[in-house]
Amino acid sequence: MRTLEHRSLRGDAWRQFRRHRLALVGVGALSLIAFATVLGPFLYTVPTDGIDFKKALQGPSFAHPFGTDQLGRDLLARSLYGGRVSTAVGVSAVLVAMTVGTLVGSLAGFFGRADGPLMRLTDMFISLPGLPLLLLVISLFRDSLRQLLGPVGGIFLLIVLLVGLLNWMGVARLVRGTFLSLKERDFVLAARAVGVGDLTIITRHILPNALGPVIVAATIGVGAAIITESSLSFLGLGFPPDEPTWGRLLFEAQGFIDTAPHYAIFPGLLISITVLSVNYIGDGLRDALDPRRSA
Amino acid sequence: MARYLVRRLLISIPTLLGISVIIFGVLALAPGDPLSQFANNPEVPEEVRQRVRDSLGLSEPMPVRYVKWLGQLLQGDMGFSFATRSSVTELIFQRLPNTLAVVGVAYFIGVAVAIPLGVFTAAKRYSIFDHLATTVAFVGFSVPSFFTGLIFIIIFAVQLRWFPFIYDSTIVVRDLGSLFQQVKQSVMPIAVLTFFYAATLMRYVRAEMLEHLPQDYARTARSKGLRESAVVRRHVLRNSLIPVITLVALGLPNVFTGAVITESIFSVPGIGQLLILSIVNADTPVVMAVTFSFAVLVVFFNLVADVLYAAADPRIRYS
Repeated sequence: MRTLEHRSLRGDAWRQFRRHRLALVGVGALSLIAFATVLGPFLYTVPTDGIDFKKALQGPSFAHPFGTDQLGRDLLARSLYGGRVSTAVGVSAVLVAMTVGTLVGSLAGFFGRADGPLMRLTDMFISLPGLPLLLLVISLFRDSLRQLLGPVGGIFLLIVLLVGLLNWMGVARLVRGTFLSLKERDFVLAARAVGVGDLTIITRHILPNALGPVIVAATIGVGAAIITESSLSFLGLGFPPDEPTWGRLLFEAQGFIDTAPHYAIFPGLLISITVLSVNYIGDGLRDALDPRRSA
Repeated sequence: MARYLVRRLLISIPTLLGISVIIFGVLALAPGDPLSQFANNPEVPEEVRQRVRDSLGLSEPMPVRYVKWLGQLLQGDMGFSFATRSSVTELIFQRLPNTLAVVGVAYFIGVAVAIPLGVFTAAKRYSIFDHLATTVAFVGFSVPSFFTGLIFIIIFAVQLRWFPFIYDSTIVVRDLGSLFQQVKQSVMPIAVLTFFYAATLMRYVRAEMLEHLPQDYARTARSKGLRESAVVRRHVLRNSLIPVITLVALGLPNVFTGAVITESIFSVPGIGQLLILSIVNADTPVVMAVTFSFAVLVVFFNLVADVLYAAADPRIRYS
């Protein structure tokens, strides 16, 4: 007797995801980078601030695999440490964006009266000039937040909140679309008929249906947020100089690009590989979570 | 169509007003005194400081200041730069041609490269060329433009010495020689922007084409005996390009933002570099004006995109 193979939704998604080879490579590369940045500083114990002018701007060697910077500090240690900040900013900013986007989208899609004003607000945020506004706000509020929360905490909070608050619009539209197409369906009416409240209908019955596209948007959003943070640091307006994020390292490497190209190449490669992996994973997830595409 | 245009124009007004409120609000709520340098100067007595504040209208309530600022803005008066003491409008128009030249050329080449590439890769899906082009495009839109820029400098300026390292803004195009110099130093900034933009657009074009290729009308065209190239060119391409038109217009503000970064890498004296310099110098009037100019650009091209979309697709009727 043949037993039927059990197939779950999640299993189907995973099966589909595995067929996207580059997405798997992305998972591998990203895990490696995550592992290196989280645990690396414990295993690779060279200090990030060991100044040694005799060793300034040396190329990659056995003692310093990524070479050294203009003060002779080890660039591998600094890159590993900087990766923590860059990825933490990316993930936290996306969490902010997802929260705001889901909230606005649910309210607009579920309560007809809120739809008009909220969508107008969304359209206005879409028209905001992202990077210039980000630069403006950071330059204005940086100093007072630094006094309030310390040099790193203040700027971290500021960047995370700003990047999150400037990037929730796509998710809001996705979530609103799901609500509009589902809120009159029979299963929602049935839930309402047995006396389920609005909040439970929103969170338990409708929202889970939007999960797939939101996950895809979140994944790609992490890549975009990492690029935004690096761009800010690269323009010299992000984290303070003693906090070596990947963008900050590139900003400083700019001045030595003719004599010490390794200084720019390693942090730049790390940013690029991280974002590339995240985007490939997003691509794979899109294929896996979209039922129309699965074969 | 004319009515739609008017209606669409009217909708942009509240959007722009909203943006102006946000920008003004951010500045007004910001901690610190816009005259801090002046205020810290012990040689300036308190009463003089107060008189300066009054003359600048800083002691009035916030809504009054907003209305005054907006009124001046509408007359094209964006105030004076703290740093250079020249008119902000003048500063922006001095630098705008540089940005427009770099962005415009990059944009034009980007569209010219991306559309044929997108169409071709979709038509020959899964071919080696398709794999190659989509991979390059994926890299192009994932790798941040500041890193591409630095790599270009390392390869083409430092190693090969093909192009100058730094943009020389003093070059005046008078003869063929100086024209050649100007073109030579513009190649890298333009290439960085083109690469990013072409990669993004090509992915859209390809996706649109793939959406349309298996549709019924394409099958009908094939079954009546048209060659595949004719099906693609005459039927599928036209339909796929309708949403692409919107994307071409919507992408332009992004290219301007990208110019902020490329201009700062290659030190091109455009409005992007002006923005960064003014932020570093705390030159508030300039920062405000440049940010608002970017917002106007975004809103304007949103409008263009909508109107083009309505004009290109006969199925869309706005009343």
